[in-house]
Amino acid sequence: MGIILSLKKRFGFIFRWIFKKDKMRIGIYGPPNAGKTTLANRILRDWTGDVIGSASEIPHETRRARLREGVKIEVDGKSLTLDIVDTPGLATKIDFHDFLKFGLTEEEAKRRAKEATEGVIEAIKWLDDLDGILLVMDSTEDPYTQVNVTIVGNIEARNLPLLIVANKIDLPNASPARIKAAFPQHPVVPISALKGLNIDSLYKAMAERFG
Amino acid sequence: MGMEGVQLNLISKERLDKMPSMEKLRMILDSVKEGKIVVLESGLTPEEEAKLIELTMLEIDHENFVGIEVESYPHREKSLFSRIFGKKGGRLTVIGPANRLKTLSKQEDLITALVQLGE
Repeated sequence: MGIILSLKKRFGFIFRWIFKKDKMRIGIYGPPNAGKTTLANRILRDWTGDVIGSASEIPHETRRARLREGVKIEVDGKSLTLDIVDTPGLATKIDFHDFLKFGLTEEEAKRRAKEATEGVIEAIKWLDDLDGILLVMDSTEDPYTQVNVTIVGNIEARNLPLLIVANKIDLPNASPARIKAAFPQHPVVPISALKGLNIDSLYKAMAERFG
Repeated sequence: MGMEGVQLNLISKERLDKMPSMEKLRMILDSVKEGKIVVLESGLTPEEEAKLIELTMLEIDHENFVGIEVESYPHREKSLFSRIFGKKGGRLTVIGPANRLKTLSKQEDLITALVQLGE
């Protein structure tokens, strides 16, 4: 079983190339508060008219992965059907004290922290069932975080197509160039999911990368 | 005795190469939960890093242990040879308890971190 899984991981890219699926399952990954749910909502609103879930300034708002099937994207006459998985933010530490400053009670903060730890595990487990990844990073933050390094390493090890989304370019101290410099081997698309800036370039890149 | 400080475990590549993944991860997590800082000469594979995060999440107790801080460099791009034969290896990695080890800055080729003494 382990050997089959390891072969699948190692040669997955060949199989995906030969047996091209007509539907790709795309995971939206990233650290907490990078804007994953805002991006998922933007994609769904643009192509289906509804949303996937609520976004919040409190980290770990999404604590269960959410799946939306059959999102049809059309770019330059090319059509692409995606299943979108919005995953909980990945972290190496979760301290309930961090939630107290957002006005949560200790009980609420502890419950949120516990659910957040389960969400991280769920996000990692999803990696084995995806055909491509949108990795969302906050352009105002340092991109060399362990979470980013670990996600990129795991995507590379599985040979999954990856598109890095440099989000929040509407903020004054955003630097998508820093993200490009940190991960030069992968395509980076600067956008603002909140304001919809440059979103057409993202759809174009998605059609090229996942189509 | 009587000297206070934080224990650093510097683990050589030779020793890491001999250890199965789970044994390695267990050793790291047990040391970190005891407040020690672990330095791995050859680091972890991406799959091991993901497994370490999973195990950490399972063991966070919201009292004494709130998680880990990991410092390492991006994995080098794999060649076709290593892709086919599955040769992989991590790079220098430092792991410590999140409430004791703090990243100050991280660049392509230089990581600076701070180790806090005691509570």
